[in-house]
Amino acid sequence: MGYDFDFDVIQRSWVYLFRDGMTFSLTLTALASVGGILFGTLLALMRLSSFRSLSMVAAGYVNLMRSLPLVLVIFWFFFLVPYIGGWLTGSSQPTKVGAFSSALITFTMFEAAFYCEIMRAGIQSVSKGQTAAGCALGLDYRQTMTYIVLPQAVRNMLPVLLTQTIILFQDTSLVYVISSTDFLGAAVKVANRDGRLVEMYTFAALVYFVICFTASMYVRRLQARISIIR
Amino acid sequence: MIEFKNVNKWYGDFQVLKDCSAMVQKGEVVVVCGPSGSGKSTLIKCANGLESFQSGDILVNQTSLKDPSTNLTRLRSQIGMVFQNFELFPHLTVTQNLTLGQEKVLKRSTEEATQVALTLLDRVGLKEHANKVPGQLSGGQQQRVAIARALCMDPIAMLFDEPTSALDPEMVKEVLDVMVSLAQQGTTMICVTHEMGFARKVADRVIFMDEGKILEVAAPDAFFDSPQHPRAKDFLSKILSH
Repeated sequence: MGYDFDFDVIQRSWVYLFRDGMTFSLTLTALASVGGILFGTLLALMRLSSFRSLSMVAAGYVNLMRSLPLVLVIFWFFFLVPYIGGWLTGSSQPTKVGAFSSALITFTMFEAAFYCEIMRAGIQSVSKGQTAAGCALGLDYRQTMTYIVLPQAVRNMLPVLLTQTIILFQDTSLVYVISSTDFLGAAVKVANRDGRLVEMYTFAALVYFVICFTASMYVRRLQARISIIR
Repeated sequence: MIEFKNVNKWYGDFQVLKDCSAMVQKGEVVVVCGPSGSGKSTLIKCANGLESFQSGDILVNQTSLKDPSTNLTRLRSQIGMVFQNFELFPHLTVTQNLTLGQEKVLKRSTEEATQVALTLLDRVGLKEHANKVPGQLSGGQQQRVAIARALCMDPIAMLFDEPTSALDPEMVKEVLDVMVSLAQQGTTMICVTHEMGFARKVADRVIFMDEGKILEVAAPDAFFDSPQHPRAKDFLSKILSH
């Protein structure tokens, strides 16, 4: 039909695509999900706290983040973070923040709002009696959370946490707006350089599909394996 | 040992405990009974600070629970508590359930805590289940593990909140047997229970509660054979008529 496919372009570029692009995507996903889950758990504990001011601050933060488009937040933080850095270090000049660091901070902060809601549901899925049993043994709040509530909450929510992480992996492709080169960004660069748009987009789609589909299959199998015997 | 002094508690407008006063001596076994919703569980949960109360005071070994300088966390570690629904930690093995408090609160070494855990599991007859998780045990076995878990902390007193109410009938005995042997060894116990056979056998006194009030305190035989308060008569006729 008049289009001359040339999949040889993949052969020529795959080392660059994976070594530069995919490494960026996976590193960003890994660090942002770990950071997001930790910060999200903290937010969840704040939201469930009996101190009204703490829970209101956390709720405000979560609702703000969940109401904004991710692209907007990526831009916003890209321009905002250097000023906050300057303000934190007490310097009058904005701090220099690299695109990767900026993306990492953005994704951590943004995803934390979503992880917070997952962890909140997870914590609430652990019965009040478990907390009471921890207290009755003489464990303090921190110990009860660390050894009794959070391990069960994470286990109950692990499939959802991982699914959210798969979504995060897909969302990292939005870093093109701050000129970072993730896997998709690298594919687009090659596509433009060699004039092979259809091939590269097809290839990128295939790679994303294989990774995400495999991961979600794995999540499904994990779900069956880790459920707590009751 | 444990003294309730005019304890009052409200949930909003609803008063759950009305001027409750009682004294439990060292080595005494006290059974608390009464209709559901009468405040029995709330009363014993107040004794280790799991529930707060608005007025009155509870003294545990002369330590006031109302005193703001009292370390409630520390006090709780000294009072064993057994719950109606066992509340074992489902993600930990039986042994880990027993060692967690010892290691984190009493700061025992893992070896020492495990040793204590195995000794107590043996005492409740469950040593061979040490490496299982609670979900693999029957209700009666889980409740015996829960009793062992509380005993691991070397408590000065044990609180039982309807320990056999969630059990299948054929498992009640194995739990009561453990409780009877504890009572015979001189453990200070407060038990919320409707097991009248248990009360007759080991209780020193029975406390009858209704609508948040302690209406009658008597020796078990006197209470079951000739209850004084009309509400107690009514209650006993209902639970003993089958």
